[in-house]
Amino acid sequence: MKYVDDFRDGAIARALGAAIHAEAQPGREYRLMEFCGGHTHAISRYGIADLLPPQVRLIHGPGCPVCVLPIGRIDQAIRLALEHRAILCSYGDTLRVPASDKLSLLRAKGRGADVRMVYSPLDALQVARANPAREVVLLAIGFETTTPPTAVAVKQAQAEGLANFSLLCNHVLTPAAMHAILAAPQGVQLDGFIGPAHVSTVIGSAPYEPFARDDRKPVVIAGFEPLDVMRAIQMLMRQINDGRAEVENEFTRAVTPEGNRKAQALVAEVFELREHFEWRGLGTVPASALKLRAEFAAFDAEVRFSVPYAAVPDHKACECAAILRGEKRPEECRIFGTACTPDNPVGSCMVSSEGACAAHYTYGRFREAPPVTTTTSA
Amino acid sequence: MKPVHSRPLDLRNGRIDLSHGAGGRAMAQLIEDLFARALGNEFLAQGDDGARLPACAGPLVMATDAHVVSPLFFPGGDIGCLSVHGTINDVAVMGARPLYLAASFVLEEGLPLADLARIVASMAAAARDAGVPVVTGDTKVVERGKADGVFITTTGVGERIDGVDVSGANARPGDAVLVSGPLGDHGMAIMSVRENLAFDAPIVSDTAALHGLVAVLLAAVPDTRVLRDPTRGGLAATLNEIAHQSGVGIVLDEAAIPVRPAVAAACELLGLDPLDIANEGRLIVVCPAASADRALAALRAHPLGQEAARIGEVIADDRRFVQMKTRFGGRRMVDWLAGDALPRIC
Repeated sequence: MKYVDDFRDGAIARALGAAIHAEAQPGREYRLMEFCGGHTHAISRYGIADLLPPQVRLIHGPGCPVCVLPIGRIDQAIRLALEHRAILCSYGDTLRVPASDKLSLLRAKGRGADVRMVYSPLDALQVARANPAREVVLLAIGFETTTPPTAVAVKQAQAEGLANFSLLCNHVLTPAAMHAILAAPQGVQLDGFIGPAHVSTVIGSAPYEPFARDDRKPVVIAGFEPLDVMRAIQMLMRQINDGRAEVENEFTRAVTPEGNRKAQALVAEVFELREHFEWRGLGTVPASALKLRAEFAAFDAEVRFSVPYAAVPDHKACECAAILRGEKRPEECRIFGTACTPDNPVGSCMVSSEGACAAHYTYGRFREAPPVTTTTSA
Repeated sequence: MKPVHSRPLDLRNGRIDLSHGAGGRAMAQLIEDLFARALGNEFLAQGDDGARLPACAGPLVMATDAHVVSPLFFPGGDIGCLSVHGTINDVAVMGARPLYLAASFVLEEGLPLADLARIVASMAAAARDAGVPVVTGDTKVVERGKADGVFITTTGVGERIDGVDVSGANARPGDAVLVSGPLGDHGMAIMSVRENLAFDAPIVSDTAALHGLVAVLLAAVPDTRVLRDPTRGGLAATLNEIAHQSGVGIVLDEAAIPVRPAVAAACELLGLDPLDIANEGRLIVVCPAASADRALAALRAHPLGQEAARIGEVIADDRRFVQMKTRFGGRRMVDWLAGDALPRIC
């Protein structure tokens, strides 16, 4: 795989690892938050931690769309499918997120809800075309990367006059979440951010400037390949060592300062800011999510159906909230790997492969306790 | 006297209807003209409710497997040959020589007879090539919407090969782990049809009967400890099963694991890991390290094992973890997959 394997090269990784070790000053800590679940996944899957000096601590951020969705939003989707008998289209990971009444979308399906897994918003449009007598709702989730395709679907539905299609819109905004993390009282101590890859292709690098300028936190935008992540770590350490706080771009092959203007215009045409939105972990954050503009209200499931949002507290023992704020590590949660596993998740971070808990459980939990070896007769 | 069936089966335009499962003349005609004609052998010819089989010297092995793959036809095979290979392989990896198969069909009302004839012909060819006859069978028809075209369950009986003791519980620290060829071909062949992924070189299922390969391997390395075919859940699930059964850990070397470029690319596109993807013609072998070179040579000398590779080793680890040294230079676990990445692939 040309252009992919190049960014996973072990020999380059070893050389870069050595350079990072040389960059690390003794007695200094480098607390770096990778905002995106895509980075969390790459770090775990390639074992990047093994190539880093002990001074570097990677802290998982909230950039996992499935993880930050609060229980109340999943409850709304389940009600649309069970009570309003809509065909509910959703991306795969979301199906397994635990909701109220011991339900998830997958379990609701077992109770007769018509829940369909889709790979793109356009798949949901196809479902709507094929089932003109049924209401079809897309559970739209994601950061700025997935918002433009949703906007395309809405415009397409409007152009076709697809009257049975609507969205349960949960699109959220990255800079608002970064701000919430820095503003949290007694929040996590950070020395810099590994900035989002795909999100930044849409919004560009400019929206991160306030974090560097006002909060004095360096931001390095990085691609999702493991060498991208290592290079970004090195660039952040240099900034920290130099006492600089700037927005730098490691992912120049895809990200520009201004981003994708066409996509931004499309999103602005279809969506507008919500006054506030509840996030799992971050609580209610003002101006942190999008809703459909009034002109597109006909495609807004929250307008078309009576499914008012009700906040639901997380499971008492679940530490997803603190983990999403970077204040706790997955293994510090009491139920990690015992009551909560990828097969039976209690919290959302154990569901998606981008979730901090699922990534650590699936790829990294061998690090916690060394193997207890017994002599076995060979 | 006139023959019982005045009109032949319409294999061009005909479809399965409920009468084909009702026990009447239509069912008898379907069995005689389609199933028996294609699969015909001396045991089926007995025409009774079961097959009378000759006595067998050694201990027996028995395995059964239901096949529900969608689509019914895919690059490199179809549900017919798959249902023969799947069960032959389950018997073979028990260290046994497969002898007989039984097949039971659940047909959906409306299934084109032409499709059924193709599937049964493919089964017959696979059984003939493998030298393992289908000696008895059953057919049921369900209403439209209650099945997906056809489901096939096959059961196989085999005879244990003398002097061989293979089991998932036999892996020991220090043993070598081998695989007979590239991983993920079957699952991604099916996914590429479902998702309309086109590649320069199309991905073709690896579906194949492995008993020949197993026989060659066991003749060369009788002290082979574990044999498994990594079907659903792929290599990751199979190695975790072995680690659990044997109470050991396994360490893989990612750089040594064979995966075709097109499979790697398709997995990349769909966010899947080739180690989780199903295979239908691959063998996992665990053997003493001292026998590893001999095992590898035996596998590579067989047409189904030319791309065999040594991919890891068994270690002592009471946590029974499967780990992997990544090509990147780090280390990670290779865990069971949570949920089902690819439903209905076999």
